[in-house]
Amino acid sequence: MEFTEKHVEGLKELLYKMADDLLIIGHRNSEWTGLGPMLEEDIAFSSMAQDKIGQSLALFELLHELGESDPDTVAFTRNDNQFHCSQLVELPIGEYDFSMVRHFFFDHAEAIRFEMLADSVFEPLAMVARKFKGEIKYHTMHADIFMQKLAAGGEESFSRMQNAINETFGLALGMFEPGKFEAELIEAGIFGGEAELQQRWLDKVVPLLESFGYVVPKVESTEPAFGGRHGVHTPHLQPLLDEMTEVFSIDPGADW
Amino acid sequence: MYGNAYIENDGNKVNSILADEDPIKLAEFEARIAAGDKIEPKDWMPKEYRKQLVRMIEQHAHSEIIGSLPEGTWITRAPGFRRKLALMAKVQDEVGHAQLLYSAAETLGKSREDMTNDLINGKSKYSNVFNYPAPTWADSAVIAWLIDAGAIVNQLANSKGSYGPYCRALDRICAEESFHLKYGHDNVVFLATGTPVQRAMVQEALNRWWEPIMHFFGPPDKASQHSEILMRWKVKMGSNDSMRQTFLNMYVPKIWDLGLTLPDPNLRKNEETGQWEYTEPNWETFKQVINGNGPCNKERLAVRRMAEENGRWVRKALMSKTDQYVTPLA
Repeated sequence: MEFTEKHVEGLKELLYKMADDLLIIGHRNSEWTGLGPMLEEDIAFSSMAQDKIGQSLALFELLHELGESDPDTVAFTRNDNQFHCSQLVELPIGEYDFSMVRHFFFDHAEAIRFEMLADSVFEPLAMVARKFKGEIKYHTMHADIFMQKLAAGGEESFSRMQNAINETFGLALGMFEPGKFEAELIEAGIFGGEAELQQRWLDKVVPLLESFGYVVPKVESTEPAFGGRHGVHTPHLQPLLDEMTEVFSIDPGADW
Repeated sequence: MYGNAYIENDGNKVNSILADEDPIKLAEFEARIAAGDKIEPKDWMPKEYRKQLVRMIEQHAHSEIIGSLPEGTWITRAPGFRRKLALMAKVQDEVGHAQLLYSAAETLGKSREDMTNDLINGKSKYSNVFNYPAPTWADSAVIAWLIDAGAIVNQLANSKGSYGPYCRALDRICAEESFHLKYGHDNVVFLATGTPVQRAMVQEALNRWWEPIMHFFGPPDKASQHSEILMRWKVKMGSNDSMRQTFLNMYVPKIWDLGLTLPDPNLRKNEETGQWEYTEPNWETFKQVINGNGPCNKERLAVRRMAEENGRWVRKALMSKTDQYVTPLA
């Protein structure tokens, strides 16, 4: 089928939120470099961060092909209200328990998103989604192992992780905030939509967490942290962007 | 990234060091090293050999993990995707080097935990160069190019040493460091040939880093019986001055080629002797920094201590009640 203007707008909106999510979570994960609870975890978070930033670059390149500015300009010159990332990804790394729970929730959502997009009628996106699926497999594997080990690692560890789950669940639901063009994307076969993604995510993460011994908050009684997809962010995003663009903005026209 | 090990030269102790050792085993050990054999973890070795190697490999490992801090602060500020991805990969490599080196040191009987404790308690040293701040992006570029270049000079020499696990770790490390050097050089070239602001930034960084770079290889060696033995055992692979000369010979022309200057009016190659002449850096400053009075010593150790303390619950949770500590075989 022919793409209408609304399809293209919807596609761009989808690409922007994915690219922004990946850029910001990658940036946050990289903050563990040199500070992890053990060297192996420094290396793991850094490795995942590199994959995320690489994935966001690939998506910004798709946007560039659709007429947007080049990836560096788009990533390094916008302000927070022009970003479409979820609030989940922009929060500081906090302690390792929060970072781990965020990693678990985010990466399972991304893995399913890429799986859904692997069949997208927009072939350039389907191609990168198939490639990302191979990378993210290791991210979810890492998260699953740690969620399980830390559940079984004694009282302090379990209660830290359970608290982090309780505090992060609503933020995670914010990832599935519907966009303006859900119906058009579904109709055209570009993307199956946020509602389906959320359902598949719940079907995956809830039984998994329960099998590790955690209690998962109820969706019905949890307020999802919406707003990020429409440029409404926590006070943590702008300082992150100020830091990220500190050198680039000395001279955005220079070759760095 | 690492400079020369700070080996104490205590000539008077030499006789007592060797007095305890079985002369037949010692002769066999020295014959193996002279023949180019590698010493492996389970082999017989003199106590002093073990002690000096643990100290050296441990210092090297600490340098990698502490070294990731000044550069790591620039990951979140790197200008553009290309630099951001490259710097993340580079600093990750450095942490990976620490992991490799702690394992190599563990083969000699000291656990990673003990080494980490000695680091955060200030008992063990690490390369002095990481006690300086990296206030601009250009500092991170100069570090990636020239400190890594200095480290390669040192590590290539040490990779020809006698202890098998350390040599094998260094072979892998040198392969990765050569990419870091390319990254750092590319970065410096972009700044040096860029806008006036970029050029000024890299020149200032180079001025700031010149003395720490000259310090990097350590003070001129004093001849002593102790250092003779360590050279014979292939623990120490070259004098500090010879490493400094190799570095100057390879990199000063490259720096000048970029139109950059170095803050030493006496720096020149003596064509007759083939040696570089330079103003001795201030070795009193070097001693002060080593002994904890550098601009960032306290901050670096405080960050490391915080990371260790914040991560304690994770390590504790992952520990199995039934598993026993096993020394790696390298």
